Amino acid sequence: MAKSILRLTLNGMPREDAVADNTLLVDYLREVTRQTGTKMGCDGGECGACTVLVDGQPRLSCISLAIGCAGHHVETIEGQTQGGRLSRLQKAFHEKLGSQCGYCTPGMIMAAEGLLRKNPAPTDQEIRNALGGNICRCTGYVKIIESVRAAAGDTE
Amino acid sequence: MTAGISPPEPMVGRRIGLIDGVEKVSGRADYTADLDHGPALVGRIYRSPHAHAEIVRVDVSRARALPGVIAIITGDDCDTPFGIIPIVQNEFPMARDRVRYRGEPVAAVAAIDDATAERALRLIKMEVRPLPAYFEADTAREDGAVNLHDDRPGNLEREVHTEFGDVDAGFKNADLVCEETYDCAEVTHVHMEPHASLADWDVERGRITLHSVTQVPYYVHLRVAQCMGIDGSHVRVVKPFIGGGFGARTETLNFEIIACLMARAARGRVRMKLSREETFLTHRGRPRTKVKMKIGMRKDGKMTACEAHVEQTGGAYGGYGIVTILYAGSLLNAIYDIPAVRYDGFRVYTNTPPCGAMRGHGTVDVRHAFESLTDAMARQLNLDPFAVRRANLLTAPTRTINDLEVRSYGLPQCLDWVEQHSDWHNRKSKQKPGSGMGMACSHYVSGAAKPVHWTGEPHAVVNLKLDFDGGITILTGAADIGQGSSTILAQVVAEVLGIEFDRLTVIANDSRITPKDNGSYSSRVTFMVGNAALHAAQNLKSILTEAAAVKLDVSPAEIECLGEAYAIEGQQGSEIPFNDVVTQALVDTGTLTVKGTFTVPREFQGGKYRGAGVGPSMAYSYSATVAKISIDDITGRITVDHIWVAHDCGKALNPLSVEGQVQGGVWMGVGQAISEETRYFEGLPMGANMLDYRVPSIVESPNIDVGIIESIDPNGPFGAKEASEGSLSSTLPAIANAVYDAIGIRMNDTPITPDRVLSALAKQKRRAG
Repeated sequence: MAKSILRLTLNGMPREDAVADNTLLVDYLREVTRQTGTKMGCDGGECGACTVLVDGQPRLSCISLAIGCAGHHVETIEGQTQGGRLSRLQKAFHEKLGSQCGYCTPGMIMAAEGLLRKNPAPTDQEIRNALGGNICRCTGYVKIIESVRAAAGDTE
Repeated sequence: MTAGISPPEPMVGRRIGLIDGVEKVSGRADYTADLDHGPALVGRIYRSPHAHAEIVRVDVSRARALPGVIAIITGDDCDTPFGIIPIVQNEFPMARDRVRYRGEPVAAVAAIDDATAERALRLIKMEVRPLPAYFEADTAREDGAVNLHDDRPGNLEREVHTEFGDVDAGFKNADLVCEETYDCAEVTHVHMEPHASLADWDVERGRITLHSVTQVPYYVHLRVAQCMGIDGSHVRVVKPFIGGGFGARTETLNFEIIACLMARAARGRVRMKLSREETFLTHRGRPRTKVKMKIGMRKDGKMTACEAHVEQTGGAYGGYGIVTILYAGSLLNAIYDIPAVRYDGFRVYTNTPPCGAMRGHGTVDVRHAFESLTDAMARQLNLDPFAVRRANLLTAPTRTINDLEVRSYGLPQCLDWVEQHSDWHNRKSKQKPGSGMGMACSHYVSGAAKPVHWTGEPHAVVNLKLDFDGGITILTGAADIGQGSSTILAQVVAEVLGIEFDRLTVIANDSRITPKDNGSYSSRVTFMVGNAALHAAQNLKSILTEAAAVKLDVSPAEIECLGEAYAIEGQQGSEIPFNDVVTQALVDTGTLTVKGTFTVPREFQGGKYRGAGVGPSMAYSYSATVAKISIDDITGRITVDHIWVAHDCGKALNPLSVEGQVQGGVWMGVGQAISEETRYFEGLPMGANMLDYRVPSIVESPNIDVGIIESIDPNGPFGAKEASEGSLSSTLPAIANAVYDAIGIRMNDTPITPDRVLSALAKQKRRAG
């Protein structure tokens, strides 16, 4: 497979990598940049664990081509922590136990981040709708909703 | 109390986040597939396309010749069977002579990259003589059926027949005797992380290091050594962060051994990442279970006898099968006071992926049947369902008719809590058409009193390491699989020592560093490993107290532990800081490693009859659940509007964590009740993905209010017992009973899908018309 030079911004940092044209965004993130916070939970588009933001919009990185992100801003879970401090969503998921085994958490937080940027004070129903494509098998979602709600109210 | 420094706030009972939560939310937690695999080869498995066949030949010659293929192994490379139960080891890592389900591993390839491995798999040819295949228990049990395993005639893995008390007399004394059948579909765990292993073979030293997704690193260690034919001391098993388990990973799985065999064949490092489909095929979930349930009841709701006939469609290999079919019978007891119970259990081999342990192991479908039938009989007798449960309560402490010891029993308080918080009587009288409310109860063990391997060792061992810097490291083999066990152990140690939580680090699951632990199953960790941690911390505390006594030149009895300081009792200004006490404690001894152990006393290990070893536990959790649902009579779709659940966990060491565990368990029960089932067409999985296997999404999941009931178990650490499995079981019947309340139809079979609801409604209409 032919390779192209992929230029994009990853978590605020410009990057240039030689990437095969058929490389999925999730494989680029995990195997090329070695940032493994983005998880693969299914065989493609089923579970939401691999959700990242592309230009602020939630996107499933397991069914997106890396090359399709050329020139765009990609954000992953690794970029949420600023100066070693957890983001408001990360903090809320930790403190409210929105994360148990933690495997769905990166995708869940990225989907929630996408929501809060558009809608800083979502209702529970809006939270449910925004996270409808993200499966969690541990929490029953109750504490995930509480976490997002708490983060939305956290104005620090 | 000495003035000045006061002990820190209690750590037990505090709502804190997980000790490894920061790693999880920041993406820094490394799961097996995230580990730096360097020059690892890609491992892939060739799986049988046949459900049941004799293997004539597996031809790997063309695949082997493909450039980039480093090693190929087949069943010929390992003739040692494995299995979790010592007496039923009937599975090979890769099939030899015969395949017994579609998807069974037959060969494995190690190649330089994914594409090469994929091409190599396509070049493997398998020649077989087909055998008749059985996908249902009844066809597998028919006369003349070919046996999947030669030593198991009639394809029966295990038959269980027990009777305690006089069942016939019990039915004779009843005012009402009812019998119903229930058919619960097979379900599976769907832990979020697909299976993965990283195996590293040290050619020079003949040693294997395996990182894997297991809940039971110790059992994996044993089986890897066994199947590789190497000494156990040459094996190292490490469990990284793992993305859930729910029982799927409570036995050694074929791919873990294959990864090791392949690393040796390829003379290096092999990374195995199973797809979601392969994760479904590896399975070990809850078997399809048919239950015939019969209960005798007096007019006042008192139960006189119970008889259950249970048949489980177990899949192709033994796994935990014997344990599952025994749990189904033994835990008919220890929740209510039933004077006579008869049980007939049948575990059947079929040509489908092997079943195993799944949250609520063995008890869920039987509890569904029991609580559904109880509800139906209460209606017939015009009794309130709460009143019927209250008419049959146990009085703790007690020993049940099948020799289970119940020492703490919070079921009465659970009933009160859900009755009150759901506003049961008021809300029930004001329901709209198409809405309904139902309730049910359940229970579960807090650790199996008999371990799978009886070695005479304690049930749990914890080591604490205290060094010059004042930091304490908890070394444990207990597998934190997301349930928060490492956090609980740290809370227990911090509570005993009264120290700041930040002094503690937990290192878990590296078989070269941490003490052996049986693993995370049967809800054993908080109770058993928690008790071992408690014991270890007490031992460390007495060493520190003695050191403080030397330093302060008094007797140890005069020392008061203030956690971060030690002092002479009642003597203000005598405090010496923790680090000074540590320095004193290390004089002449150096780094301290203190051990704590826990052993289940003999009287809790059950009776003397055959099968008595499954069911006994030192403590049982109790739950009561109320479900409120509504049904769309056009689509047949059930919406679970709200669930109230009260769970008696003895003592909530971390109430936040207890709520999370209970909510997760209840929610898994919601899925099994309304949408989850594995489906096969002639043994071919029809929904081995997360779209067709319908795990409830956040959109269709209810709010779940949790009431924590603390019965303070006399033997649990600080009174604690099980918090993660027990409340799953009551969810199914609570929903089924709510469905009856809504539409007047008993839906005995699960999942209660829209199709089933619609056809039941149509039948009801025809009957009325």
